[in-house]
Amino acid sequence: MNRFGYTRASDVGEAVHAAANGDAAQFIAGGTNLVDLMKERIAAPSRLIDITRLPLRAVKSLPDGGLEIGALVSNSEVASHPEVVSRYPLLSQAILAGASPQLRNMASTGGNLLQRTRCYYFYDAALPCNKRAPGSGCPARDGVNRIHAILGASEHCIAVHPSDMCVALAALAATVHVTGPAGARAIEFAEFHRLPGDAPERDTTLQPGELVTAVALPREGFAAHSTYLKVRDRHSYAFALVSVAVGLRMVDGTIGEARLALGGVAHKPWRDPTAEALLRGQKPDDALFAAVGEHLVRDARGCGHNDFKIALVRRAVVRALQQAVAGGPRA
Amino acid sequence: MLPGMGDDTCAITLKVNGSTLRLQVAPWTTLLDLLRERLGLTGSKKGCDHGQCGACTVLVDGVRINSCLSLAVMRDGASVTTIEGLAEGDALHPLQQAFIENDAFQCGYCTPGQICSAVGLLAEGHARSDDQIRELMSGNLCRCGAYPNIVAAIGQAMRPRRDA
Ligand SMILES: Cc1cc2nc3c(=O)[nH]c(=O)nc-3n(C[C@H](O)[C@H](O)[C@H](O)COP(=O)(O)OP(=O)(O)OC[C@H]3O[C@@H](n4cnc5c(N)ncnc54)[C@H](O)[C@@H]3O)c2cc1C
Ligand code: FES
Ligand code: FES
Repeated sequence: MNRFGYTRASDVGEAVHAAANGDAAQFIAGGTNLVDLMKERIAAPSRLIDITRLPLRAVKSLPDGGLEIGALVSNSEVASHPEVVSRYPLLSQAILAGASPQLRNMASTGGNLLQRTRCYYFYDAALPCNKRAPGSGCPARDGVNRIHAILGASEHCIAVHPSDMCVALAALAATVHVTGPAGARAIEFAEFHRLPGDAPERDTTLQPGELVTAVALPREGFAAHSTYLKVRDRHSYAFALVSVAVGLRMVDGTIGEARLALGGVAHKPWRDPTAEALLRGQKPDDALFAAVGEHLVRDARGCGHNDFKIALVRRAVVRALQQAVAGGPRA
Repeated sequence: MLPGMGDDTCAITLKVNGSTLRLQVAPWTTLLDLLRERLGLTGSKKGCDHGQCGACTVLVDGVRINSCLSLAVMRDGASVTTIEGLAEGDALHPLQQAFIENDAFQCGYCTPGQICSAVGLLAEGHARSDDQIRELMSGNLCRCGAYPNIVAAIGQAMRPRRDA
């Protein structure tokens, strides 16, 4: 690890101010991603701003019927919070599908959003990587790319966002609340993470010095008909190859509203409103689900080792939709 | 901002296995390195140093965490329990006893992390079945493959509570 200064912030203003004052200062919450990246010398902040003492640990009901989760609420606390379990089981399931209990105890809501890709080339400081060293190239494209993107990639980067929690938040259409040097603002979840384009070094639309303060969930949690399906190399403690978050609102046996997001396939959780529109107003049916799966991968492209993900998405989408109609996983 | 913090080392207070310690630590010192290298508590193991094996699992304020990914300076004021702090005098912790009775280890390298993790698991109270024990212990790898007996040991330690 590099040598760095340490600041323990006691309020949001102080944290934002400290971030604005140091060129290479970085916030740290659970540390489960940042400390790892520092040990690998992928991250080398000049100063860490410890935000764990900030008053961002509340889970509160919102006047509009939604639920607000403070940025420092741990992944474990969110997953087992009674309001989340009963009203947003999709979020609880997605979190519990990720990492390990110890890591989830440490990991924060804000840090989970900002965790970085697990691309092997990004993680190896000896190799080129446009995300880590802009302009150095992308060896993954013609290299070992089994875990890489099939949707929304660019010639500069085929990395995927590794979070499970974020796939559920995309399907639930959450809002991210941030405070920065220019004040507070709210970012729609679909706008929070970005596609790589020609600037793969930027994972999100967060501006320098901006601190995530909370994530807000809208009132509709699709509690009766949702599922998180994660496909991975081993049954637990492994990142997703492909994952599917589904939330349905069923009205008299018909799909009234549908939400669907994919993980493990793109630089951001992949939500496609045109696929959701195919489901709306329809009776659940395997042929329809297969058509939705097909539609989702219409522009998908593999790089060789990850070609299998295209067929995997088609099948996982069908399975996840069946599970959601039946009321949840393993039904 | 906390007064008295230079950029090189920071003064922190840590309760470790019941003793309150005042320490000067460099901010890049992990809790695992502090325990092992400074405090001589080598029970917690450094298996991977990247959060991938669980051998470094300790309890911080009763919650299980990976000490290899935790900066000691950020734990200022916390209470840390390691494998060395679980027994009460000569009386082993029920989980330590259950690991022995169920032959739940071979080389023993992963064992301190397994036991601390299991203490955390019992406190969390979410495991009801062997499958749930397996899932909620998946953050602790055992290269010797002692998994069946580890699950049995934890199941045994869980049972009296259930019957209570
Ligand atoms: C072995 C291993 C396996 C894992 N498996 C999975 C998995 O299967 N699925 C999954 O989803 N995740 C997995 N993870 C990743 C884990 O979920 C993330 O590391 C964790 O969520 C990050 O949260 P944190 O609070 O520890 O972040 P930190 O490490 O503290 O920070 C991460 C980044 O976020 C920034 N940051 C933190 N908080 C804020 C804030 N409030 N505002 C602005 N910036 C902030 C930091 O500056 C840093 O850049 C795994 C991790 C490990 C080590
Ligand atoms: S040493 Fe900490 S998880 Fe392996
Ligand atoms: S007993 Fe040898 S690693 Fe688990």
